[in-house]
Amino acid sequence: MLGYTEKMRGIASRLLKDCSVEMVIGFRKGSMPMMNEPCFVTTIEDVPSLIWDSNCGINLANYLTNRKEKIAVFAKGCDSRNIVNHIIENKIKRDQVHIVGVPCTGMIDKRKIAGMVKGEILEVSETDDTIKVKTADSETLFEKTEVLQQNCTLCIHRNPVIHDEMVADPVEEQTSLDRYADIQKIEEMESEDKWQFFEDLLSPCIRCYACRNACPLCYCPTCFVDESKPQWMGKGQDPIDVRTFHFLRAYHCAGRCTDCGACERACPVGINMRLLTRKLEKDCQEQFGWEAGLSLDQRPALDVYQTNDPGTFIK
Amino acid sequence: MTLVTIDKKDWLKGLTAAAESYRLFGPVKEKDWHQFEELDKGEMPDLNMVNTRLSPKALLFPQSEDMLEYSLDETRDDHHIMKEVRKDYSPRAVVGIRPCDAKATQLIKLNFDAPDIKDPYWLKAYEATTFIGMACDTPLSTCFCTSTGCGPYHEEGLDVLVMEQNDAYLAKILTDKGQVFADASGWATTSDDAATFEAGKKAAEDRIVSKIETDNLADTDLLELHGAPFWDDVAFACINCGTCTFSCPTCWCFDIQDEVNGKSGVRMKNWDSCMFPIFTVHTTGHNPRDTKTQRVRQRFMHKLKYFVDKYHTGIMCVGCGRCVRQCPVNIDIRRVCELMNSFNPTDACASQG
Ligand code: SF4
Ligand code: SF4
Ligand code: SF4
Ligand code: SF4
Ligand code: SF4
Repeated sequence: MLGYTEKMRGIASRLLKDCSVEMVIGFRKGSMPMMNEPCFVTTIEDVPSLIWDSNCGINLANYLTNRKEKIAVFAKGCDSRNIVNHIIENKIKRDQVHIVGVPCTGMIDKRKIAGMVKGEILEVSETDDTIKVKTADSETLFEKTEVLQQNCTLCIHRNPVIHDEMVADPVEEQTSLDRYADIQKIEEMESEDKWQFFEDLLSPCIRCYACRNACPLCYCPTCFVDESKPQWMGKGQDPIDVRTFHFLRAYHCAGRCTDCGACERACPVGINMRLLTRKLEKDCQEQFGWEAGLSLDQRPALDVYQTNDPGTFIK
Repeated sequence: MTLVTIDKKDWLKGLTAAAESYRLFGPVKEKDWHQFEELDKGEMPDLNMVNTRLSPKALLFPQSEDMLEYSLDETRDDHHIMKEVRKDYSPRAVVGIRPCDAKATQLIKLNFDAPDIKDPYWLKAYEATTFIGMACDTPLSTCFCTSTGCGPYHEEGLDVLVMEQNDAYLAKILTDKGQVFADASGWATTSDDAATFEAGKKAAEDRIVSKIETDNLADTDLLELHGAPFWDDVAFACINCGTCTFSCPTCWCFDIQDEVNGKSGVRMKNWDSCMFPIFTVHTTGHNPRDTKTQRVRQRFMHKLKYFVDKYHTGIMCVGCGRCVRQCPVNIDIRRVCELMNSFNPTDACASQG
């Protein structure tokens, strides 16, 4: 993905110059290693701030919600699927977005890398398939595949599913992955162990809602956790309320989640709440043969009734 | 001010003795980060860290705290009467708090211990607490405490400041409260090695690589800064989560909620954040801070302008760098401070609403 930056700047300049869009949404270099900041560019002078590397894990579809401008957006595989969702759910119009597809080889997991080296990470650089991590007194070279975000290791749609132009030729898709081994393990637990597992998983949650807010699916003007008339749940740190938030949010994402990983990436305390959304992703696949965000012509599994739906209660 | 030296071999013994008369709190390793927690008997604070993921503000200002309780059961004489929830305000000590977080308690105190209004819950906890600080000899690249009126050996808000030497700790006893704790711990070997302390301080300050400038903030016109042209750009990436404000040792906002279960209820205080859209929603449904830009601007204006103008004690940030490290989209207060501090209203033509 190293050559992408220059090409993206070229594309952004062209689109702004010929006035085909009013703004371009992409990333600019962050102030910390392994962090980039989503940004918008409206003038050709600002185009050089755009960059692309393996630290662009935030889902840019999140920045399209309810915008009125004509926008160009850089979209990796998962972003493109969330843009499809957005279009289906009327959060943006198809003719409002110029989708610049970004074939993706995965984003790196800053937390995992921090756990693999000793001391504070001061600089991280990359080649196409290696990641070099510098601390005050060491330099470690990793294969990029060892340090990918977990969702990227499981990704089977690295190439954008919808686009108006592409930054580069498609990359090879990953095949024959066992995508749900960890979910299966949980499914097989005794209910007491399961309870304990989820208690451990969610107990560090501080209800900052970064997971919800990083998610392009969570665009409700008032989230159910924030409602006060009626108030659906308590706002303190009662574990029941914390779990209610997580379980309900996951269900609201069922059949829509693209496993982009933005939620997990955003969590300040490192909770893997994707275990919940992936369980539902798995269910949607098994029961409805459904994968989210692949086509503009089909509504999400839980949005429609079909005569061959499983579950006799509805027939 | 007394200086005492504590052999590392005696550290455990001292804290065990102190635990007879204090509830001890300190950093504990949780999964892959550290967190301030009450220490079990014989458990030692884990000082092998630069700082905790969340600030220790929760020790005085819990994320969720029951203040009052009541009963709705009309067969009881005391139904519908609010009563203060009983809590343990016996002496406690926080061991291993960093100087930035200790200074932060003094900034929060301006709000919770104001001349006219006091927050009794915070104040009682504060008064019960002795702060044993640990000087920072290996600051992170994101620590900018020396530019915020603080520093790796800063003493404000501390009762004792401890520095590490090879096989001993050198402790500076700063207050009477600190002396009482030192007595309880049996820290009695006085030292006259003030020079070591000074040298440690100088060396640590030299290791701080991150700096900000705040000299123009007070003199810049408030409304001009509020209308500065950079806010949309600063705010764009923000997802309005509460990570920055929840992790910040100086953010003090809270929300009050009643929770009733059956016939008994509590009135509680929960952390709130100006980043949340519902922070400012009126009962009419009107939201005066309806856009992301307005909310992000509030956070930075509060920390770097309103607070500066109101209290004249500098900015409402101690430079701990937590928000910098934890913001999921890398909104960096150092960058925003630079924009604000270098803002010259006469250069700007457009003004935002
Ligand atoms: S729930 Fe998480 S993984 Fe799924 S779309 Fe939302 S942010 Fe992405
Ligand atoms: S981002 Fe993490 S801490 Fe915040 S609400 Fe989500 S799971 Fe909880
Ligand atoms: S604003 Fe950020 S750097 Fe400053 S005290 Fe708060 S968390 Fe620390
Ligand atoms: S910055 Fe926001 S959350 Fe923090 S104290 Fe100020 S208004 Fe409250
Ligand atoms: S942590 Fe970052 S994204 Fe979250 S509210 Fe604060 S500035 Fe916005």
